[in-house]
Amino acid sequence: MSDGCGAPEQTAVVTGEDTGDQVVVAGTVTGGESPLGGAYVRLLNGDDEFAGEVQASPEGDFRFYAAPGAWKVRALHRNGNGEATVDAAGPGLHQVTIAVS
Amino acid sequence: MSREDVLVTTQWAEENLSTPGVVFAEVDEDTTAYEGGHIPGAVRIDWKTELQDQVRRDFVDKAGFEKLLSAKGIGNDDLVILYGGNNNWFAAYAYWYFKLYGHDKVKLIDGGRKKWELDGRDLVKEVPDRPATNYTASDQDLSLRAFRDEVVDAISTKNLVDVRSPDEFSGKLVAPAHLPQESAQRGGHIPSALNVPWAKTANEDGTFKTADELKELYEEAGLDTGKATIAYCRIGERSSHTWFALHELMGLKDVKNYDGSWTEYGSLVGVPVETGSNGGK
Repeated sequence: MSDGCGAPEQTAVVTGEDTGDQVVVAGTVTGGESPLGGAYVRLLNGDDEFAGEVQASPEGDFRFYAAPGAWKVRALHRNGNGEATVDAAGPGLHQVTIAVS
Repeated sequence: MSREDVLVTTQWAEENLSTPGVVFAEVDEDTTAYEGGHIPGAVRIDWKTELQDQVRRDFVDKAGFEKLLSAKGIGNDDLVILYGGNNNWFAAYAYWYFKLYGHDKVKLIDGGRKKWELDGRDLVKEVPDRPATNYTASDQDLSLRAFRDEVVDAISTKNLVDVRSPDEFSGKLVAPAHLPQESAQRGGHIPSALNVPWAKTANEDGTFKTADELKELYEEAGLDTGKATIAYCRIGERSSHTWFALHELMGLKDVKNYDGSWTEYGSLVGVPVETGSNGGK
């Protein structure tokens, strides 16, 4: 297992990616029409309780390995903030885009 | 102890980048963050390769810490300003570690690297060249550090604060949600532990909540401030963040960080483990 607690490199999802038994919540942060890199993306549960945070890659990609459930993802960036919801009922890839404005 | 004694704002940091006797240090596990850009003049401390013994699971010893700080150009009289990513987890760990080895002139940038970036402040790639010093450390102050036997003895007698997320506490996950859930150890928590996730002590921008807000948070969670407290997480860095909140911001006297944390406890043979979300309330 990982002997650290920092997030692994954030990489883009691949359509049809096999996540095994992991519940993966992943996607891209956008600003205007383009991907926006470097935003801080927070994973929040249905009660807005914090569950995790990563910094999106320069291409705006982020991913979490969550428990099954309904999640909110919230992006913070010096240009502004944005959020989106995603229903990740079970193992698999659950994609979501967050628009920052 | 006031907030100003242990924290500086990003604004103060920017105004003191060139102040003699002030050394900025970025502490991260992911060293690519520093390489991609850091606060002007900041040296880098690598949490994994420089603060951990590379053979045993333990810290570098006193001589190793002296060698490290000397090489970084940090002197005994310098005010060290620590910051890092992950909401200052690793910087808070380094802060606790500096205190453990007797370096009292140390503060955190409130909000760390995240706040600095959200403010839109400059990051640079230029690595500073600081002349080496002859740093001398004290022996470890073990009033700040808990080991496994003390933790087992603390069940139902001292405050145990599990600062991991609710899903890690209950046993649904064995690592934070930004990491793959690979593990051979048991999920769950130490019996009688309260679950007060570290994130509740911080604002969205990574700054710490006020002492009054923290007091309210822990009172509501059922922390008995008249008792000694041991904080733990998975590997001891998120619990350093909570140790900072309890000991440095709230001013509680007897607070230890259990750096062995769940990766040690959850692998011990024969110790009690609890699952579910109730905790010690």
